[in-house]
Amino acid sequence: MNETQLRALVEEVRRGALPRRRFIEQLVGLGLTAPMASMILMHEGVAQTPTPLPYLGTKRGGGGTLRLMYWQAPVHLNPHFASGTKDQDSCRIFYEPLGGWDAEGNLIPVLASEVPTRANGGLSADGRNVTWKLKRGVKWHDGRDFTADDVIFTWQYAGDPASAMLSVNIYRDVKVVKVDSHTVRIEFGKPTPFWAEPFVGTWGLILPKHVFEPFAGAKSRENPANLKPVGTGPYRLLDFKPGDMLRAEANPTYHVPNQPFFDALDLKGGGDATSAARSVLQTGEFDLAWNLSVEDVILRQLEAAGRGRVHFFEGSDLEFVALNPTDPWKEVDGERASAKSRHPAFGERAVREAMSLLIDRKSISEAIYGRGAIASANFLNNPVRFRSTNLKYEFNIEKANQVLEAAGWKRGPDGIRAKGGSKLKFVFQTSVSGPRQKCQAIIKDACGKAGIDLELKSVVAAVYFGGDFANPDTYQKFWVDMQMYTTTMTQPDPQTFMEQFTSWELSQKENKWARRNITRWQNADYDATHKAAQAEIDPVKRAALFIRMNDLLVGDQHVVPLFSRPRPYGVGAKLRPVLSAWDNTTWALGYWTRES
Amino acid sequence: MAGLTPASATAEPKAGLSPTQEAWRRFKRHRLAYWSLWLLGLLVVAVLIGPLMWKVGVNDVDLLASLSRPSAKHPLGTDDLGRDLLARLLYGGRISLAVGLAAMLTAVLVGVLIGAIAGMSRGWVDAALMWLTDLFLSLPQLPVLLLLIFLFREPLKQTFGLEAGIFILIVAVIGGFRWMPVARLVRAQFFSLREKEFVEAARALGAGTPRQVVRHILPNSLGPVIVAATIDVAAAIIAESTLSFLGLGFPPDIPTWGRILYDGRDYLDIAVHWALFPGIAIFLAVLTINFIGDGLRDALDPRRVL
Amino acid sequence: MGGYILRRCLIALPSLLGISAVLFTVLALAPGDPFEELATNPNVPPEVRMALRVQFGLDDPVWERYVRWLASMLKGDWGYSFVSRINVDELILQRLPTTIVVIGLSQLLAIAVAIPVGVLAAVKPYSWFDRIASTVAFVGFSLPTFFTGVLFILLFSITLGWLPFVYRSDISSTGWQFLWDHFKQSIMPITVLGLFQAASMMRYVRSAVLDVIRLDYVTTARSKGLSERVVVLRHVVRNAMIPVVTLVALQMPTVFGGAIVTEQIFRIPGIGSLLIDAILRNDTPVIMAVTFVFSGLVIFFNLVADVLYGWLDPRISYR
Repeated sequence: MNETQLRALVEEVRRGALPRRRFIEQLVGLGLTAPMASMILMHEGVAQTPTPLPYLGTKRGGGGTLRLMYWQAPVHLNPHFASGTKDQDSCRIFYEPLGGWDAEGNLIPVLASEVPTRANGGLSADGRNVTWKLKRGVKWHDGRDFTADDVIFTWQYAGDPASAMLSVNIYRDVKVVKVDSHTVRIEFGKPTPFWAEPFVGTWGLILPKHVFEPFAGAKSRENPANLKPVGTGPYRLLDFKPGDMLRAEANPTYHVPNQPFFDALDLKGGGDATSAARSVLQTGEFDLAWNLSVEDVILRQLEAAGRGRVHFFEGSDLEFVALNPTDPWKEVDGERASAKSRHPAFGERAVREAMSLLIDRKSISEAIYGRGAIASANFLNNPVRFRSTNLKYEFNIEKANQVLEAAGWKRGPDGIRAKGGSKLKFVFQTSVSGPRQKCQAIIKDACGKAGIDLELKSVVAAVYFGGDFANPDTYQKFWVDMQMYTTTMTQPDPQTFMEQFTSWELSQKENKWARRNITRWQNADYDATHKAAQAEIDPVKRAALFIRMNDLLVGDQHVVPLFSRPRPYGVGAKLRPVLSAWDNTTWALGYWTRES
Repeated sequence: MAGLTPASATAEPKAGLSPTQEAWRRFKRHRLAYWSLWLLGLLVVAVLIGPLMWKVGVNDVDLLASLSRPSAKHPLGTDDLGRDLLARLLYGGRISLAVGLAAMLTAVLVGVLIGAIAGMSRGWVDAALMWLTDLFLSLPQLPVLLLLIFLFREPLKQTFGLEAGIFILIVAVIGGFRWMPVARLVRAQFFSLREKEFVEAARALGAGTPRQVVRHILPNSLGPVIVAATIDVAAAIIAESTLSFLGLGFPPDIPTWGRILYDGRDYLDIAVHWALFPGIAIFLAVLTINFIGDGLRDALDPRRVL
Repeated sequence: MGGYILRRCLIALPSLLGISAVLFTVLALAPGDPFEELATNPNVPPEVRMALRVQFGLDDPVWERYVRWLASMLKGDWGYSFVSRINVDELILQRLPTTIVVIGLSQLLAIAVAIPVGVLAAVKPYSWFDRIASTVAFVGFSLPTFFTGVLFILLFSITLGWLPFVYRSDISSTGWQFLWDHFKQSIMPITVLGLFQAASMMRYVRSAVLDVIRLDYVTTARSKGLSERVVVLRHVVRNAMIPVVTLVALQMPTVFGGAIVTEQIFRIPGIGSLLIDAILRNDTPVIMAVTFVFSGLVIFFNLVADVLYGWLDPRISYR
């Protein structure tokens, strides 16, 4: 889809011919994100009728205890260096941002009084400034008032490289100015298409100045408030044992009337995913279990007990296989998998095409993940019913055999195809995980039938995803022929996500393999398109550029998308949570209720 | 205290047999040991020849037959990818039995050696060896494993090939973390045995220390060694699966018994056969090793009744 | 004997230091990076990560880091977890009561089951009692705790619904209700772990008693007219205790950090799960602190065992 077609769709929404929701779904089908689609509509001035979040409670309290099961336990409670979603979700219980993203990608104000638009003067015409109006009457858990000073302080704290916060890149290059006690203005310095990044969503939680100021900069890790949060959220901390559990009580001065519904909250961590599923779906000891990465056949069996069900929230996580364009077995200038080398087999398009034909995405996703995986041909997520017409996937062993045969790869006496001295024998690595190993086994089986021999390797996750540059098995090194993992978008905007395939992010020895282009794929056209998207202020044009990048990437077949991974949650039958794939699990915790 | 003259009747040696034949005769009299030897032999033959006779593929994925109960086509049922469990148990049994036995032998040999030396010597040799034992007992296994794999996997792979290299590494690692209890037990036995009259008698007859150890003390300290050996076989098979689960052992598609047991543990209420059969296999290995050990003890020291 | 004990105590401290040096070196050389989260996060510029590494001294040479660690340990500062920014001793103390109660009780259960069963089995070898007990023991240690734990959960929590299977360290009830709640949630992990240990220990006890039971002095005691019970308890058991003491001494330190699988399955916040989490996250200060205490316990209990040998068998001398 190109820019003209996108604009036509926007017009249909404006006229009322196409429901807003369908528009968003279609754009998601093309590989964009719901927040991005919603921003397009906002930018084009298509009015957003705010749909209030569903809330069944009539008064504060009386709902008993909410019990959450996170099979990876949170270890600290500072939102700006929380790396895993378990820590981020736990922080969101106590802290809040100016706005959050609901399930459909709409921006919902939380600590802001309204969403900035061009109509109400919040967005400047040149795209360089955003003005947020803050909600009045909000109090921190210790009784002090929430004001613009806290927002300014959060910007300084997170944007300071000495604090070593994970959100540093979002806050470092902007300037936040206090307009009055309850208004702030963010100045971007250049036209910024995706302005809803600072202070919104996961990385936008506001910190209280009076608690964090003494520990700004290099002392940030020593702050006791990292374990005893003081926020504005619906619950106040009672007890926290890192790696084990946390306990909280309802905040009596919460700024949303009649919330929260529950009197207390318990979060327990540890163990494995399957028993976490059992604790919600079979014994009912817990109300909600996070991230149940368990085989679907087990989940279905557990749901049969009728005490709960598993919800799958489609987000932007994507499981894919990377075929190394470089040669990991030869050293060039003392470096393996150097960008100067070329893979003897994967350098040929025919071999890559054959590999893609040998991966039975549909069977893998159904047999192993079930509802937890949706087969995809696109790198940016793609629900099946709205598949992009540009790309599609296919599983065909016969055809793979033909493609290889035609390209001159003939079977040797051992059944493995070879050509000009190199054999189709590959090392295929991934992290240790039951479903991943099964996936590897299925792929190996199919490859065997086409004369390709795979040696399977699995690496402990802590080492595989660790950044240790002395270790040969990290995924950054990519010192094997093929590897497989899930990549996640940490923000709702695809720009940073797609940057991992640009040539300036190439991961090499000189930068200690710390850059993000682990796949080592390079393409001049892609680079140019990405640079253009960074500067493009018109969201419709920008969306078209991202679609083009997706097509370039997947079309070259070094990156083989397998399936998108919706996030599975186990929800007790009586619980009424409000969840969103575009934000933390606990983004709207105050709205959760339970039927009696 | 071990090794004093038992009061019950002893088995009188038959005239005209060599010591080895005598030992074998006594072994055969221990019926459970004799049958266990056959059973273990059967298991070994099964895992060696079985894959050649039962020609179902080990890694043949057949998603339609996923989790099916034992039937004519799949005598032991299938796992969740539809792979035949009988084929997998037979194939993986080679590795499990080999690793179990080799690791057990490593642990026992190293443990007996160190325990014997420490038990016979005094002073600083004993202190040094016990320090070494305490060190190995204190080491947290996982970081050491990661370090060893990191350092040695490639060199071993180059020298011995992929499978043999990993095999050596795993046996060394598992055996290397299980010799300590054997050493301490043997040492304790030696402490009490070396003061006994029969050892003193042997010394008076001119027996040097090695002869005292090998002919007199060691045969009488085999009790705990045999128990340790049986426990170590099971522990080694399970430990290999733990290593494999952490990505440190054999590649994940190699179906060792411990691995199959681990994979099947979440399906106990859906497909119990998956975990049941590897569990039985491990149990049989343990049972046979134990009775063979009992028989060996009886065969080597005729004054012992059990 | 006194001289021996004194000598052993004197060398205990340097041997502990020696062990800690080896441990530290192993941890420093092992692959893994405590700040991997930063390495994989696209938002964090590499300079930030490098700065943190310098701040925590991770790029200094190994011996320098060891000396620094040792010096602060001696001052009572056990260090600061990289991951949760909490004092390590606070972290350990949070988990100590649970560990001692659950894992400690399972060890006691193991001993309480293994010794009587082992003795009885040996007194009548190859009787029906012995065969059943031995077979149960074989099954017991052939099946790993990850398997029996799941089995117990399926049976008692899910099918029968009698017991909760998620351990809660923050039970709010008081008095008898508190004890009853604790009992309900602890009984399964205690039993799973205890029976696994008891299985192997029972076999050792049986073997040790068998070595003793047919010897001269036992027959003498019996022919003197003493009751079987006295014969067994007074003459047999004490002399068979040496291997048992060795084993119990080897088992005791595992309370502090050994029951990893059981703690994970039942979500018990004990020191074993703290250790494994720290290892997987490369949280060196925590790993060092826990393994240091662990090695201290190893040295201590083995020393106690050595001393007890002399008391149990007066013929053993330590010249």
